[in-house]
Amino acid sequence: MLILFLCALLSIVTTVGIVLILLTEAVPFFNEVSILKFLSGKEWAPLFSIKSFGVLPLLSATAFIAGMALLVAFPIGLLTAIYLSEYAPGPVRATVKPTLEVLAGIPTVVYGFFAITFISPVIIRPLFQTESIFNAISAATAMGVMLIPMVVSLSDDAMRAVPSNLREGAHALGANRFQVSVRVVVPAALSGIVAAGLLALARAVGETMIVTIAAGGIPNLSYNPFDAMQTMTAFIMEVAMGDTPRGTVEYESIFAVGLMLFVSTLVINLLAQALLAKFREVYE
Amino acid sequence: MVISQLPNLKEMFKPSHSRGVNARHVVTEPEQSAGTDNVIEVEHLNALYGDHLALRDINLPISHKGVTAVIGPSGCGKSTLVRCLNRMHEMAGGRVEGRVLFEGEDIYHRGVDAVELRSRIGMVFQKPNPFPKSIFENVAFGLRINGRRGSLMDTIERSLRRAALWDEVKDRLNKNALALSGGQQQRLCIARALAVEPELILMDEPCSALDPMATLAIEELIRSLAQEYTIIIVTHNMQQAARVSDETAFLTMDTDRAGYLVEHGQTRQIFTNPSDKRTEDYITGRFG
Ligand SMILES: Nc1ncnc2c1ncn2[C@@H]1O[C@H](COP(=O)(O)OP(=O)(O)O)[C@@H](O)[C@H]1O
Ligand SMILES: [Mg+2]
Repeated sequence: MLILFLCALLSIVTTVGIVLILLTEAVPFFNEVSILKFLSGKEWAPLFSIKSFGVLPLLSATAFIAGMALLVAFPIGLLTAIYLSEYAPGPVRATVKPTLEVLAGIPTVVYGFFAITFISPVIIRPLFQTESIFNAISAATAMGVMLIPMVVSLSDDAMRAVPSNLREGAHALGANRFQVSVRVVVPAALSGIVAAGLLALARAVGETMIVTIAAGGIPNLSYNPFDAMQTMTAFIMEVAMGDTPRGTVEYESIFAVGLMLFVSTLVINLLAQALLAKFREVYE
Repeated sequence: MVISQLPNLKEMFKPSHSRGVNARHVVTEPEQSAGTDNVIEVEHLNALYGDHLALRDINLPISHKGVTAVIGPSGCGKSTLVRCLNRMHEMAGGRVEGRVLFEGEDIYHRGVDAVELRSRIGMVFQKPNPFPKSIFENVAFGLRINGRRGSLMDTIERSLRRAALWDEVKDRLNKNALALSGGQQQRLCIARALAVEPELILMDEPCSALDPMATLAIEELIRSLAQEYTIIIVTHNMQQAARVSDETAFLTMDTDRAGYLVEHGQTRQIFTNPSDKRTEDYITGRFG
């Protein structure tokens, strides 16, 4: 009992600790750069001689790449989940589900290499005549593939939780399997499915390796998917791995960006949890 | 006696003894199907779940209009029987042998579309199962999947009125159906079934999850629907069967748990003067 309690306590203490560190480390940064400038600035150039700390390019790149990744993962994931939950015979389901779980366990660095050795040169470049190997769309596509198992697994759970007497009721009214899936099961599982999308989005926002490897690492306020971009995570990675001296404002900026990142994923996660709680309320 | 007449009736109206290939052709001839007064003819029906024989050699005609009660001890296959009538049995992985004629046509014949068949037969379940949608959308569901366009309001009002629910919900058709009471939900499920104008309504213990007042309301509703519809109701409640039905079929099960039909006839006769000792024992509460 005590050990379990201590473990639970430990995880809470760690979380609180991380938040505290982020906050305290970000304070010196915000002493030098105003919050308003940070949030509204359109240029992010912390390592140049004339420094500029406008976070918008990082923020927009994060949202843009995560959004595109979701555009890949959500439809494919949802359709796969519909197939698994409503169509697949027992044996197919019994093989596909564990396979997806394995796919979810692939290290993200592998997806990063997949992006620069396959998606970008073999698919994107010949198809769209792009110049650079490093671009947002390749990173987003790889990230989308990475997210598929998560979307499938969570949506499948949500759909399986829909009571089978609803399916029976629809079948008895003369609905075919497709109509049962689309008009009864998906709407009934909707909050769970949207929550699956949001959790995938939170994961995409926080994903670091793929974007660091494949997106190009250039802060860029652009909505052209073929441009190189740098996300919040990729910037933190660059500074943390690089030789930026501690105590400088550019070093401190990673805590401000980290705080921003933390808040974004927290909001998305809370939203997803609220939706899931609502979903459970309906069926329990 | 009614029971002894039934086989004769059946022989009289039976279009042909042949099965399979000829059956479909024969029964589509108007003079053949017009002769029979039965909505359903169950003929030598076996129902299986894997290797388990749940129903053995059921023969049961269901005549037009009125209520037939299916009674019998728990596990004797009452639910299985009604689920064989709209091919829901196969949805649960079940299998059948024999024939079920619906309006003279064998529903297990190769060319029959089970999905289309189900849209002509209403079904009400043990536990009310409204969709987590608005009251309106629940009733509209069957219409929409059958491709009905345009205003559905007339049909929806008519269905809700026939299900004796209109006055209670007319001001909140856009509210979620899950907010209704259990009895209201069950009447909504009946309205939902009525909206697609079924020729037959199957009810599997529709009151078993309801309180006495709601049960009474559903029983009254069943009686009023009996003027227009053919209804088959499964019930474990002897009084209910006596109250709502015109005919009663009594099932029980063998030592190998296979259900079979003991007798079928006018409800009054089954309850006052059963011809089989097992029926009498069951009705008087000696077993089951
Ligand atoms: N989905 C199923 N799979 C396997 N066996 C079933 C299934 N449903 C019912 N049975 C079996 O079939 C028999 C008849 O069940 P059922 O029709 O539900 O009886 P009743 O409705 O009269 O209580 C029982 O022995 C039951 O265990
Ligand atoms: Mg039953």
